Amino acid sequence: MARALVHVPANAKKGDVIEIKTLISHIMETGYRIGITGQPIPRDIIDDFVCTYNGEEVFRAKLYPAIAANPYISFFTVATESGTLAFSWTDQHGATQVQTAAITVE
Amino acid sequence: MSRAAFVISLVIVAATVARAADIPLDQRRSDSDFVSADTRAMQNDDTANPAMLVVLDGETLWNTKAGATNKSCADCHGDAEKSMKGVAARYPAFASELGRPVDLEQQINLSRVTDQKAEALAFESKDLLALTAYIARQSRGMPVAVKGDAVSKPFIDAGRAIFEQRQGQLDLSCAQCHDDNWGKKLAGNPVPQAMSNGYPIYRLEWQEVGSLQRRLRNCMSGMRAEPYDFGAPELVDLEYFLMWRARGLAMESPAVRP
Repeated sequence: MARALVHVPANAKKGDVIEIKTLISHIMETGYRIGITGQPIPRDIIDDFVCTYNGEEVFRAKLYPAIAANPYISFFTVATESGTLAFSWTDQHGATQVQTAAITVE
Repeated sequence: MSRAAFVISLVIVAATVARAADIPLDQRRSDSDFVSADTRAMQNDDTANPAMLVVLDGETLWNTKAGATNKSCADCHGDAEKSMKGVAARYPAFASELGRPVDLEQQINLSRVTDQKAEALAFESKDLLALTAYIARQSRGMPVAVKGDAVSKPFIDAGRAIFEQRQGQLDLSCAQCHDDNWGKKLAGNPVPQAMSNGYPIYRLEWQEVGSLQRRLRNCMSGMRAEPYDFGAPELVDLEYFLMWRARGLAMESPAVRP
């Protein structure tokens, strides 16, 4: 679907609060704009974002047309165990993009 | 009118017509000095700078074979992190085969057409911006170092003439804002010095990456002047002058601007 950048610390201590940053390329077309032909430009947005940590959901966001293009989402979670963080963005048509990042917890 | 009064009024007229000189070298500041701290932080964090998504697209294109020769940029230039380091800081530059300067976008297209035997990419197309942003990224932190030699001088001077020329229905020149009144406010926003050390930029207003030519055309429409076409020699001369004017400032490409 698009290009995504995620930043997760590669290493953390058990119990650390870690910052996670994500960025995905998407036009986030609101549906309220008029094109040069005078026709409305149809809405095209990502409307759901989920982060799971070893399968458990730790963060979810609903996105709406007021979110700017190329949504940047940053949040915190607690490093509990080594494993994988999976990020998935789903657009209004149901297409999903998944990106993963590994973390080692000591 | 007495002779003395006439002379005085002449002096006053001359004083109002004459514009301030160039910004002294030690007073020049990057446009990122005039943006909010949040915008600056977004620019300087590669995981938050949305232009980095475009830089990644550029990296893919750098390694993609194209044209009749079926060669990629990397096949000749190798690792861009080494071969392209400092290159964007030296553009626009004089292209002897054309007898005039070209900007970085035009140089990429020259290489595509003459070396790869591929089609030139359209100005402001996604692919051309991506390649430009990727190449410019390799010069981050390096000082702007365009040549101001005898060959380039006529073109830099032509660019300066456009910069200082009043134009459009508002009868404004670029210099009136960016040389004479930088640091003051225009419609609530600080007027920057118009230093071009961060292009291509991610402009929040555009919600995408754009070139210096796009930005210049924007300003011209703002002055209600007829903008030059993309790729027009006048725009390249203006870009050349602006980069020469920004000489020594650190490259910030891809910068984030409001």
